[in-house]
Amino acid sequence: MAKQLTIFVENRPGRLGAVAKTLRENNIDIRAFTIQDRGEYGLVKFIVNNPNQAYLSLANLGCACALKEIIAISIPDRVGNFEILTLALAQNNINVKDAYGFVLQSNSKGVCCLEIDETHSAAAQKVISAAGFTILKDDELYNL
Amino acid sequence: MDVPFWNKDIETADRSRLEEIQLRRLREIVGWALNTPFYKKQLRNAKISSPDDIRSLCDLKKIPFTTKDDLRINFPRGLLAVEMKDVVRIHSSSGTTGIPTVIYYSREDIENWTEMLARCITASGAARSDIFQNMMTYGMFTGGLGLHYGAERVGMAVIPIGGGNTKRQIKTMKDFGTTVLHVTPSYLLHVHTKLEEAEIKREELVLRKAFTGAEPHSEDIRKKIEQVWGIDVYNSYGLSELNGPGVAFECIYKNDMHLWEDGYIVEIIDPETGQQVKDGDSGEVVLTNLIRKASPILRYRTRDLAYLHTDPCPCGRTHRRLSRIMGRTDDMLIINGINVFPSQIEEVVMKIPQVATNYIIQVEKRGELDHLTVKVEIYPKLFLGDPSQLEALKGRIIEDLRSAIILHPSVELHEPNALPVSEGKAKRVIDLRPKE
Repeated sequence: MAKQLTIFVENRPGRLGAVAKTLRENNIDIRAFTIQDRGEYGLVKFIVNNPNQAYLSLANLGCACALKEIIAISIPDRVGNFEILTLALAQNNINVKDAYGFVLQSNSKGVCCLEIDETHSAAAQKVISAAGFTILKDDELYNL
Repeated sequence: MDVPFWNKDIETADRSRLEEIQLRRLREIVGWALNTPFYKKQLRNAKISSPDDIRSLCDLKKIPFTTKDDLRINFPRGLLAVEMKDVVRIHSSSGTTGIPTVIYYSREDIENWTEMLARCITASGAARSDIFQNMMTYGMFTGGLGLHYGAERVGMAVIPIGGGNTKRQIKTMKDFGTTVLHVTPSYLLHVHTKLEEAEIKREELVLRKAFTGAEPHSEDIRKKIEQVWGIDVYNSYGLSELNGPGVAFECIYKNDMHLWEDGYIVEIIDPETGQQVKDGDSGEVVLTNLIRKASPILRYRTRDLAYLHTDPCPCGRTHRRLSRIMGRTDDMLIINGINVFPSQIEEVVMKIPQVATNYIIQVEKRGELDHLTVKVEIYPKLFLGDPSQLEALKGRIIEDLRSAIILHPSVELHEPNALPVSEGKAKRVIDLRPKE
């Protein structure tokens, strides 16, 4: 499964820059990111080309970071597709903890990353496939 | 001015008579202290094995000091000098770590303490016709119950409302026509800012006096309170090791606090050398409790810095006056009237595995009240990338701190190694409250 890198950063100027610098120094290519603001700190979530190396380079500096498995779905960029996906999950009573998406090619290719509770992850993957979407393998996601 | 007295005979007794009483009572208390293993040893080292070995007040100096740590180490019964069946009250205060200190009172001890408080209240000009709203915390803290008993002794109508719930405090002042308050200075200022919210005007209240204690405050703060409320404010000093409030209290002249010298022997020492300072110089207050036999305390190092006035007070009382508390010789913080040691906070946060080694304790004013923020670093190896994990961690720290130090702090999570590394506890404390 695809891995997402989550980093704990303080909510003050310069912290994101420090993370970005480390990633650049280790030649890490960022595919997607999102930030969750939680007051005095934030959680930065990255999809990168080499999550293990990115994790090690940050952890070696003492950063609080974690690798988490996520479900990355290839989803055609078309009106209504997100609804189809979410309804399928809802009908099977599967809750989405966190999600983000991005368009790769307008009117054609998009990606949706879902964080789903571990105990429901296998069921979710079945439901997603049954709804007609492709789940990306880890190297497919990292090398988009 | 017409000076009111509760016990004029003792309050105006000349020095030789006060010293006679002190010597007699010191002998009695040494007798009780010898019942405890701790003092038996302390006194044996000072070559005192019976009350008869105290021949003059000078012999007090032979007795080693007692510290808060001594009380903590001997928790819970190492300093109990009477049988438990003779104990009628137990109070407790915070220790420097999770182990608190405990004080026992016999019926006679409560009686003595109550008499001292009746003197204090009367000295301020409050009287039985007053309606007394006691806004200090009740419970294990001595501030609430101590004044309560003294106020009943004087015959005031006592409203045992306790601390907090500001709107209810204001409404109660109005409903019952409260005339005298007992409260921490910061809370009294805070209550004033809430009058409007409570939809009650100052003119609807008949307040005339307040006793302020539990936190050191300056003359400027007194003046501010007196000005915004239009009342007279009297400073109060005490600590549970010495019974609680009522060790020293201001009279109607409001020029620092008469320390009841028939109940307590006061010494002012140089905290470094332990030697007596010159008359009138400031130093650490050391107190011997002459009026409590269940928990005798001899030469207790209060860690409070103050001085004794050498000139007489126009009220005619012969008991010397203690200045406002000017600081502490240890790192104890007083936050909204609650005593907190940084070591207590350290003990709580360091027990939690998800917390790394550095932390900061920050105290600041929010409005008129103190606010405590504890900043901790998260421990990277236990970080799972889950926001609910972080919220649970925060919640746990807040809950653990609340049960350890009673205060409700804010907790901030920081990156590993983001907080300054420092040796020594004091540097971990940032006190942003305005210095007086």
